Amino acid sequence: MDIVVCIKRVPAFGAQVPLTDDGLAVDTRHLGFTIGPHEECAVEEAVRLAAAHGGRVTVLTVGPEEAGEQLRYALAMGAHQGVLVDTGTTDLDPEATATAVLAGLADEPAPDLLLFGDASADAGHGQVGVRVALACGLPIVGGVTGIEAESGAVPENGAVAENGAVTENGATLRATRDTPGGTEVFGLSVPAAVAVKEGLNLPRYPTLPGRLKAKKAALRTVTCGPEPGGLRTLGLRRPADDRAGAIPLGRGADAAPAVVDVLAELGKV
Amino acid sequence: MTEIPERADIVVVGAGIVGNSVCHHLAELGWRNIVLIEKGPLPDPGGSTGHASNFIFPVDHSREITALTTDSMRQYEKLGTLISCGGVEVAREPARVEELKRRMASARAWGVDAELIDPGRVAELVPFVDPDILLAGFWTPSVAVVDPLRAGALMREQAIADGALTVAASTTVTGIRTDGGRVQRVCTDAGDVETSLVVVACGVWSPRIARLAGGQIPLTPAVHQMMDVGPIPEFEASGTAIAYPIVRDMDALMYERQSGADLEIGSYAHRPILHEPDEIPSLAAAALSPTQLPFTSEDFDPQLEQALELFGSILDRPDAGVRHAINGLLSLTPDGAPVLGPSPEVDGLWSAAAVWIKEGPGVGRMMAEWLTHGDCEFDMHGADIARFYPHQRTREHVRARANEGFNKTYGIVHPREQWESARGRKLSPFHARERAAGAVFFEVGGWERPHWYESNRDLLEEFGDRIHDRPHEWDARWWSPIVEAEHLALRERAAMIDLTAFAQFDVRGPGALDYLQRMTMAQLDRPVGRICYTPVLTPGGGFRSDLTVVRLAEDRFRVITGGADGARDRFWFESHLPADGSASLVDVTSAVCTLGLWGPRARDILAATTEDDVSGEAIPFGTARWIAVDGIPVLALRVSYVGDLGWELHAPFEQGQALWDAIAEAGRPHGIAPAGIGVYGTTGRLEKGYRLMGAELDAEYDPVEAGLALPKVKAADFIGKDAYLAAREGDPAATLCTLTVDDHLGAEGIPRYPQGGEPIVTPAGERIVDRKGRGSAVTSAGPAPSVGRHLLMAYLPPEFAVEGTSLQVEYMAERYPVTVARAGRTPLFDPDDTRMKA
Ligand SMILES: Cc1cc2nc3c(=O)[nH]c(=O)nc-3n(C[C@H](O)[C@H](O)[C@H](O)COP(=O)(O)OP(=O)(O)OC[C@H]3O[C@@H](n4cnc5c(N)ncnc54)[C@H](O)[C@@H]3O)c2cc1C
Repeated sequence: MDIVVCIKRVPAFGAQVPLTDDGLAVDTRHLGFTIGPHEECAVEEAVRLAAAHGGRVTVLTVGPEEAGEQLRYALAMGAHQGVLVDTGTTDLDPEATATAVLAGLADEPAPDLLLFGDASADAGHGQVGVRVALACGLPIVGGVTGIEAESGAVPENGAVAENGAVTENGATLRATRDTPGGTEVFGLSVPAAVAVKEGLNLPRYPTLPGRLKAKKAALRTVTCGPEPGGLRTLGLRRPADDRAGAIPLGRGADAAPAVVDVLAELGKV
Repeated sequence: MTEIPERADIVVVGAGIVGNSVCHHLAELGWRNIVLIEKGPLPDPGGSTGHASNFIFPVDHSREITALTTDSMRQYEKLGTLISCGGVEVAREPARVEELKRRMASARAWGVDAELIDPGRVAELVPFVDPDILLAGFWTPSVAVVDPLRAGALMREQAIADGALTVAASTTVTGIRTDGGRVQRVCTDAGDVETSLVVVACGVWSPRIARLAGGQIPLTPAVHQMMDVGPIPEFEASGTAIAYPIVRDMDALMYERQSGADLEIGSYAHRPILHEPDEIPSLAAAALSPTQLPFTSEDFDPQLEQALELFGSILDRPDAGVRHAINGLLSLTPDGAPVLGPSPEVDGLWSAAAVWIKEGPGVGRMMAEWLTHGDCEFDMHGADIARFYPHQRTREHVRARANEGFNKTYGIVHPREQWESARGRKLSPFHARERAAGAVFFEVGGWERPHWYESNRDLLEEFGDRIHDRPHEWDARWWSPIVEAEHLALRERAAMIDLTAFAQFDVRGPGALDYLQRMTMAQLDRPVGRICYTPVLTPGGGFRSDLTVVRLAEDRFRVITGGADGARDRFWFESHLPADGSASLVDVTSAVCTLGLWGPRARDILAATTEDDVSGEAIPFGTARWIAVDGIPVLALRVSYVGDLGWELHAPFEQGQALWDAIAEAGRPHGIAPAGIGVYGTTGRLEKGYRLMGAELDAEYDPVEAGLALPKVKAADFIGKDAYLAAREGDPAATLCTLTVDDHLGAEGIPRYPQGGEPIVTPAGERIVDRKGRGSAVTSAGPAPSVGRHLLMAYLPPEFAVEGTSLQVEYMAERYPVTVARAGRTPLFDPDDTRMKA
């Protein structure tokens, strides 16, 4: 099963999100970059699926040249190749991002599975996967926290598996997601798109040999300057800091009654 | 937030390992009303102490650092926060094997158990390393891992229990108010504290906090990369934090150690990455913590391969992933040493910065003693904040040297190695002439001083086999046989030596004599024109300095001291000036240049340049006279550190070149040669038995031991007098001796020459320790060309400090026979000083 995973370079924050003086962007001078937790799970899932069922994992990112760092991280986790759609920035609206993703996909063989994170860790619009899937004519399920491929059922060009282990409407993937009322199960036939959520799996840490291989890997770069879409950032504001500092309730056993009061107040006892 | 008191006897800023240790030891010494202010939450406020690898290798080439480290280990142990695991430094390259042998010498000299081992034994100790890529190991069983956060918490708790300490956590120091250059109050976001003493123990933030008071702490935050790789099942199975010895992969500039289930890998191999103290993110803005910055993987990439080479057996596994990786921040200083003690810029501002976990508790103890008594048990001159000249405190200088120094952290650094950056900062007026003569410059205190002159190479032929070639590259590094040739030219004819790097102070006023009497050990109440060489003592009676004082007038003196210690000496003298203003001190270093002229022909040469009488009657030994040399007003001091007839000629700086030319011209018919500091500081000095501050002389030895006690004790009171009197009463625990090396032939079949720092051992190979616990080690080493021997100086306990005693010196893991040639001050060359006094 050939899989493309779309990932985004995002700043790694601490407790507070620092903003630039003009309030238009996150101040990333002292921040490192990472890929969001949803996407990390997507990469992990892709690597596992490919290991179990064969196929290649391609990671694709839209951003500046530096986003190659995130592609290499995914390669170190076990992805096979990387595509960088160089737009010079990650600060694109979802429409433009989707256009750029499609530009990156254009020269790739059509994958069996297109994986996204449910929403990016910074902007969080949750639109790119849907837009890309729509443009590709693929079905998409979002919010997924479980994926199972029918073992041995990986189809060639979307054909139904030979062993007949087929779910309703001939699907070869089971995607599940949690809702307050229970678990929803989707059957999907490939090719398909899935947007996954953190909790899907426990992503691995890259190994040293993995990192070394990733360091040497060549990335395919596509340059793209998409037309801006309809969303604009007017400004960012930090919420009022209403987190009170830690309030000591007392020392040792003397603190116990105060702790009980707090728990009672919270309705926990 | 804690209520902070309105007033404190002392405020310590920063609750890392250093600040906590300082508070603890202050309380132990009886201080009360100590306030510790920390901007972060406790117990881990987000400084460097929270994310260190926390291991301690006790052996260092520096005695001071080794002493601080072993003292710290004792303290961690006492607090129950130390786990001994052993450690091995491994060599991949032949040059490193030599360096490990040198470390062996330092281990012996400073009394740490260690052993050179072969790769097979390394693999026995640490079963995961590949011994095939190793050549040798340096095994130190006492290497340990500590818990500095817990140690710090216990130290705070004890001080709080003693009623001595108030801790204000999550409280940021925002200002330090001064008045007339004195600390008055510390301002925080939770209110102000009135105090006259502030200790800055703020790690990488220290420069910023010092600046709040108008002072400078010369250090820069710098990255040290570290990662944790795991899980390693063998480590998990051990069930402890650390079950295997720590490995320092010295040639890769890396270390590897078990940390629970992970292998922790640290690197000093990446490019220097310096940060600004003002730009360190706050706790809230940092992803991990202010001192754990985002990992820049490209900087670590080359190290991955080296780690895999050595630890492939556990790292090259699909389950062993990089679980944690940081660009950790630590402090780098221009010379790599800590920055401790009272700021020379702001009264009441103290620095306790650029200290590692391994030295923290020891530094805390020394700082508390220093604050309490004015000095401390260990000699701290190499860590004293006052050692920096003003230009060395600038951001530019700090960054230049930190950039250059970072990769030396695990490097092989020759004891004479010179810096490449920030050179050419201070040039004497003779500089152009020196360059023309092919001077090879060494730096001291920013000054460029010729160490020898390539133009003197032809002297090698003249002096032929009296000069010793050093066939081993290490012995010959940063050295030239030309030094010996210049030495012999001086002894046979005459030489001129640039001494402009001297620091010079003019002290004047009606109280000048009384003030200087109080500062020095020798009797300075002598006639005008007399020159006095005198020790300057610490309150505890050790050496603070040694220097020359010239009485220029009844109420006017010139103090002349070495360039290496000029900044420290100036601070010491300035900070003791009488409060009533009866004496003043002016630093005239930049106004005066000094040319040494010595040798049997020196008088003929000087006479040819002046109409003044330069005979022994007109300028007897030990006196100073103003003369005119070719029309240049010169203060001629009839003294000599090389033990020959001649003068220090002190002239106005801008007339220096004319002075040089006049002496060179007059000296030509006499065969004068320029000579470098190699002669002045090593060869000439050693054969005359002269002691050097920082080598033989330091705060841990007294004048009696150094052979510098004077026949009479002056009536006037002076700093260190009580201790000096006591030392004169008792038998010295050690005596400074001069030793000859009797046989230089090493195992490789070529002669070897000890360089200094090596242990002196008994004929049976046992370490020699005096009754105060101080080991005997070479303080200075060098050739004595006029005597034809290689000399060593070392303090020896009385039973060995007997002329004719046979001992051994341990150099590069081999032993060479030595003989005590002199016990005490009498020189080997010209013992009656007839040449100098001619
Ligand atoms: C990755 C890494 C590994 C290391 N491993 C080792 C090792 O194995 N062995 C070893 O010996 N050393 C090691 N070190 C070095 C060691 O971490 C430091 O040298 C040591 O922790 C410094 O301690 P400190 O108390 O001086 O500074 P810190 O621990 O940084 O404490 C300074 C404190 O000052 C506080 N502060 C700053 N500004 C203010 C303000 N305005 N008001 C109030 N408080 C303020 C800070 O919050 C901080 O808590 C390592 C360093 C790094 C980066």
